[in-house]
Amino acid sequence: MPHHHNLVFMTLVVFGMVLSGLIYISTNQNSCKQQMIEQVFRKSEEKLEDFGLRSSPGSEEKLEDFGLRSSPGFLYNQPSTLVGRTDVVSMTPWLAPIIWEGTFDPTLIDSIYKQHNLTIATTVFALGKYTRFLKDFLESAEEHYFVGFRVHYYLFTDQPEAVPEVKMGENHHLTVRRVPSLDRWQDISMGRMEILEKLIKNELANEADYIFCLDVDAKFYGRWGVESLGRLVGVIHPWFFDYPRDQFSYERRPESQAFIPAGEGDYYYTAAAFGGSLADVHHLTKTCWEQLNIDIANSIEAIWHEESHLNKYFLYTKPSKLLSPEYLWRDINAAVGQVKIIRFSHVAKNNAEVRPNV
Amino acid sequence: MKLFQNVSTFHRVLAGLSITGLIYFAYTSTPTRLPYNQPSVVGPDGKGVHLSPWLAPVVWEGTFDPTLIDSIYKQQNITIATTVFALGKYTLFLKDFLESAEQNYFVGFRVHYYVFTDHPEHVPAVKLREEHHLTVLTVPSSNRWQDISLSRMARLEKLIESRLFNKADYVFSLDVDSKFYGRWGVETLSRLVGVIHPWFYGKHRKKFPYERRPESQAFIPSAEGDYYYGGAVIGGLVKDVYQLAKTCRENLEIDASKSIEAAWQEESHLNKYFLYNKPSKLLSPEYLWDDRKSKPWEIKIIRFSQVLKNYNEIRPNP
Repeated sequence: MPHHHNLVFMTLVVFGMVLSGLIYISTNQNSCKQQMIEQVFRKSEEKLEDFGLRSSPGSEEKLEDFGLRSSPGFLYNQPSTLVGRTDVVSMTPWLAPIIWEGTFDPTLIDSIYKQHNLTIATTVFALGKYTRFLKDFLESAEEHYFVGFRVHYYLFTDQPEAVPEVKMGENHHLTVRRVPSLDRWQDISMGRMEILEKLIKNELANEADYIFCLDVDAKFYGRWGVESLGRLVGVIHPWFFDYPRDQFSYERRPESQAFIPAGEGDYYYTAAAFGGSLADVHHLTKTCWEQLNIDIANSIEAIWHEESHLNKYFLYTKPSKLLSPEYLWRDINAAVGQVKIIRFSHVAKNNAEVRPNV
Repeated sequence: MKLFQNVSTFHRVLAGLSITGLIYFAYTSTPTRLPYNQPSVVGPDGKGVHLSPWLAPVVWEGTFDPTLIDSIYKQQNITIATTVFALGKYTLFLKDFLESAEQNYFVGFRVHYYVFTDHPEHVPAVKLREEHHLTVLTVPSSNRWQDISLSRMARLEKLIESRLFNKADYVFSLDVDSKFYGRWGVETLSRLVGVIHPWFYGKHRKKFPYERRPESQAFIPSAEGDYYYGGAVIGGLVKDVYQLAKTCRENLEIDASKSIEAAWQEESHLNKYFLYNKPSKLLSPEYLWDDRKSKPWEIKIIRFSQVLKNYNEIRPNP
C-alpha cells in the first residue's frame, strides 16, 4: 500500500505549506498594521502634553510658556462641581473634551488665551461656482469667528477675480491663492489634503500657531472661539452623532486604505471642519494624502473621499478635543434638542447647480 | 479497510486544523485587538460636571474607558515619579500606603517612589511590582508638623532639579497618611493636575478656606476662586510641577520672612498658584477622600483616602 501512504504524505505536506503560508501572511499583516498604528500613536502621543516643545522650528520660544494663566482681579462665575449639562456627554473615553454650549466660560477662556500672541490660520477652498459662497462665509466669519484674535485666511480658488471684497476686522487678514480648476468635485475635495500639507510645511511654520480647515459652503451663526483650540481637533458630523458605530458611513471595503471594520469606531467626524496645531494637522494631511494616493494607485475611491480617510486617521490617532455638532450643523432652520446653539452650518444649495460634475 | 478508516480520520483532523487556522487568521487580521464600547455623544446622567470652565477634564468614574486609555499610554515609555513624606511617627502610614499603592496605583506602568524620611530604618520592606522602584531619602527631623508640611515644596523642587528632569515624565506628590482603595491610573496624567478637596466641593467660593490676609503671598480675595484644591495631591509633567513647587517655595519664604504662616500652610499657596495657573486636568474627590466623611451619591468610588488617625498621637506638636 505504498500508493496510499504517498497520497497521505503529499496531502500533509501541501496542507502544511498552505497553513504556514496563511499564518505567515497573518502575522506579517498584523505586525505591519500594528507598527503603523503604534507609530501613529507614538508620534502624536509622545508629546501629548508638551505644548512647549513643538517640532516646528522657531516656535519653541513662542509657546514655551503655554500655561493656562489668568490674572488676579479678573472676575467670573464660580464653576460648579455638581451642576452642569446632563443631556450631553462632554468628554470622550480618552478624556478629550467635547465642546458644547455651557461647558465653557467664554470670557474666562478668552482671557486665558489672550495672554499668548496666537495666530490661527484658516483655509477655505472655493473653486468653480463655489466662489458664490465666499461672501456669506467671510462676512459671517468676521462677526463670529475668533473675534479679537489674529486670524489669517488662506483662500484657494481658480478664479481670484471672483473673490468678493469683504471688510476684515482688525487683526484678520486674507490671502488669495490661485489653484488649477478641476473637473470633478470629488477631486477638488480630496486635493485639499495635498494643498494643506504643502501650505503648512512650506509657509506656516513661523506664521501661525493653529490651523483650521473649513468648508466654504457654510456660514457662521454663533461664536466660534478659542474654546475650539487644541492639538488635534475633530468635529462630530451633524448627521451621525446619534447613530451606532456600525451605521457610520465609514469606508467598508478592505481594499481601501480608509477601511474601518464593523465593531470599531468612536465617532463619525466631518471633513468640513478640522484643525489643530500645525505639527499635528501636518501629520494628518500628509497621512491622508498618502493614503488617498495609494487608493488611486489601486483604482479605488473611498465612499466619502477624504472624509473617509480623515475618519480612519482620527480612529487611530485620537483627537485631543472634539467639537459638538454645534460647530458644523446641517440646517440652520432645523435644530435638534441637544444642539442649543448653531455656530457654523452648511447652507442650502442645489448640488446640480454648483458642482462641476454629478 | 483499516487503512481507509485511518485516512478519513486523518482528513477529518486536517479539516479541523485548517478551520482553526482560518479562524485564527480572520481574528488576527484586524489592526487592533482592543474592542471597547462605542462612546456616546448624547447621553444621560452627568452628575459630576466633567469639564472646568476652561475646558480641563474633571476625572470621575464613568468618564473614561480604562482599557482604552491604558492602551494609549502604554504606547509611550513613561515613568511616573511619586514623592511621599514620612517624618517622625508618620512612618507608621508607609506600609498601608505602599501596599495599597502596589494594588491600585499605575499598575502596569513604571513608577519610582521617593520616600522622604528622618527615620530610614522605619521604612517597611514592601514587595514592589516589576517596574516599580523605591528610593529612600533621609532628611532632618522637625519639631513642628507645619514646618514639615511647608518644607515639602522646597524638597520637591530640589528633587526635580537634581534627579527627575531626565528620569521621569510625570511626578505626583502625595500625602502619606492615606490609602488606595481603587484604581489610580493614567487617566490622571496631564500637564498640571490638581485634585478637588473632598470637604469643599459643594461650597460657595467665599467659604473656601483660602488665606484671606492680604499680607500673605497666598491671599485670595473672596470674590475669586474656582475650586478648593487639596494639598495632599499635586501632579503633572516634571517641568510644570517644578514651576509650581518653585513658585510656592519662593512665596512661602517671603511669608516666612514677614513672620506670617498661611492658614493651611502650603495648601494655601497651592490654591493661589492653581487659581492663576489653572490645572490642565482636575481629579474629582474620588481621588482624595477622607475616611471621616461618609460617601455621598455622586462619589461612585473612593480611590485614595486620608485614613483615620489620632493627631495627638502622631504629630510632633499640637
